[in-house]
Amino acid sequence: MSESVAPLQGFVRADGRKGIRNVLVVAYLVECAHHVSRRIAQHFDDLDVHLIGFPGCFPNQYASRMMRALTTHPNVGAVLLVSLGCESMDRDALREHIVASGRPVDLLVIQESGGTATTIAAGIEKVGAMRTELARQTPVPMSLDELVVGTICGGSDGTSGITANPAVGRCFDHLVADGTACVFEETGELIGCENIMAERAVTPELGELIQACVAKAERYYQTMGFGSFAPGNADGGLTTLEEKSMGAYSKSGASPISGLIKPGDIPPGGGLYLLDVVPDGEPRFGFPNIADNAEIVEMIASGCHLTLFTTGRGSVVGSAISPVIKVCANPETYQRLSADMDVNAGKILTGEASLDAVGEEIYRRVKAVAAGERSVSEALGHQEFILTYKSFEPIGPGCLPVRQV
Amino acid sequence: MREHSSVSSDALILLHPDDNVLVTARSLPEGATMTLDGQALVLTGALPVGHKLARRAMAAGDKIVKYGVPIGSLLAPVAPGEWVHMHNMTSDYLASHTRESGRQATQPSQESNS
Repeated sequence: MSESVAPLQGFVRADGRKGIRNVLVVAYLVECAHHVSRRIAQHFDDLDVHLIGFPGCFPNQYASRMMRALTTHPNVGAVLLVSLGCESMDRDALREHIVASGRPVDLLVIQESGGTATTIAAGIEKVGAMRTELARQTPVPMSLDELVVGTICGGSDGTSGITANPAVGRCFDHLVADGTACVFEETGELIGCENIMAERAVTPELGELIQACVAKAERYYQTMGFGSFAPGNADGGLTTLEEKSMGAYSKSGASPISGLIKPGDIPPGGGLYLLDVVPDGEPRFGFPNIADNAEIVEMIASGCHLTLFTTGRGSVVGSAISPVIKVCANPETYQRLSADMDVNAGKILTGEASLDAVGEEIYRRVKAVAAGERSVSEALGHQEFILTYKSFEPIGPGCLPVRQV
Repeated sequence: MREHSSVSSDALILLHPDDNVLVTARSLPEGATMTLDGQALVLTGALPVGHKLARRAMAAGDKIVKYGVPIGSLLAPVAPGEWVHMHNMTSDYLASHTRESGRQATQPSQESNS
């Protein structure tokens, strides 16, 4: 499947991974440093200066792992860390991790830098210098088998599972054939699909692990009192979680499922991967995904260079660090919100295009955005970011395919 | 993958031959007429895009089948062409969160039968 779009170019990192963007990240290490960090990032008003952070103060291994994964994501070229000074996040260890990745990194500690105004001024100076350094990097050729693409749905309705989601599934089938690693997620929104997924797993052992992780999700949601079903889903025609699940599931396409990963695990090669975002152990942190952006952030932490976001009701979100491509499922929503959408999958319902044609259109869009074109949410400056408490145990040996040497 | 085929009108989609519900491809006004299995029907209420209606008469307890798989059970009997939604069907797994349930102080969780 070759299309006449610009060839991919990537920014090569010390670990060999390539980024499709050269983002400078300003990261607050506790909510108390959020305002100062935001002012530093806002000063630049630049689509490639992004604000991320962890609001918590108390120790959390998951947050630490996520911050390491995010600040060394292939799309990230340089990092400024902003600490209040007394929070639990191990800023020196995080800094060393980024240094080891070969990226320029600097650290400001507000309690040692004279407070708000002087830290903002120092941050602006440091980010300015790092941007100059980033501008000197020259991109290198990159191929589709070096790309990682995620997909999630948000603001789903009765059209999502008929148009946008199966169209993304067709795009995923093309990408998997190209050797791209494709990631779909939210085991809580796959309740009812576990047996079908198990049949698609490349090994029986992986099939059992997939069934077990959906059972874990169901237990988690039972304890919380309800599943991943929002009032807008009902307004849009969805009635039950299993109905929503079947619609969500069609995003995965028809390729074999190669592996099961958890947030921060990088797919070891091309193929289709399921990302388990429901915490391990007894339910204790509240809902696994308090908003769509929590899932996007986890996909980015797992190395996704860009995310395909399908919506029926009409979401406008984007994300820090990597571009989000919007695929609108509902033709009526598209009429209202076309300025926020990259692809109108609603035209499948109005008879203007086939599912296959829209699948091809999404595939071309992925390649264009990977080649440097801005997605709509990216150009609008969307940089939503949210990171909360969770806990995960490392994945087991049956979760990933054995690497061919 | 499953293909769409319109039944009696391009306004209704049959997603899978085993399905006992149809999905609206566009918003339909109250009073819209359609033909289901040779029977003329009139919509008793407006139906937004993406909603479901019964393909045939069904009884309380019957499984609703969409995409060729069960997506829940009926709480009340439905006539052909009748709207199938929160008021007359429920999940076989977990209760669906609605604005109404969000207003209640406590939300009793459903028993799982899986």
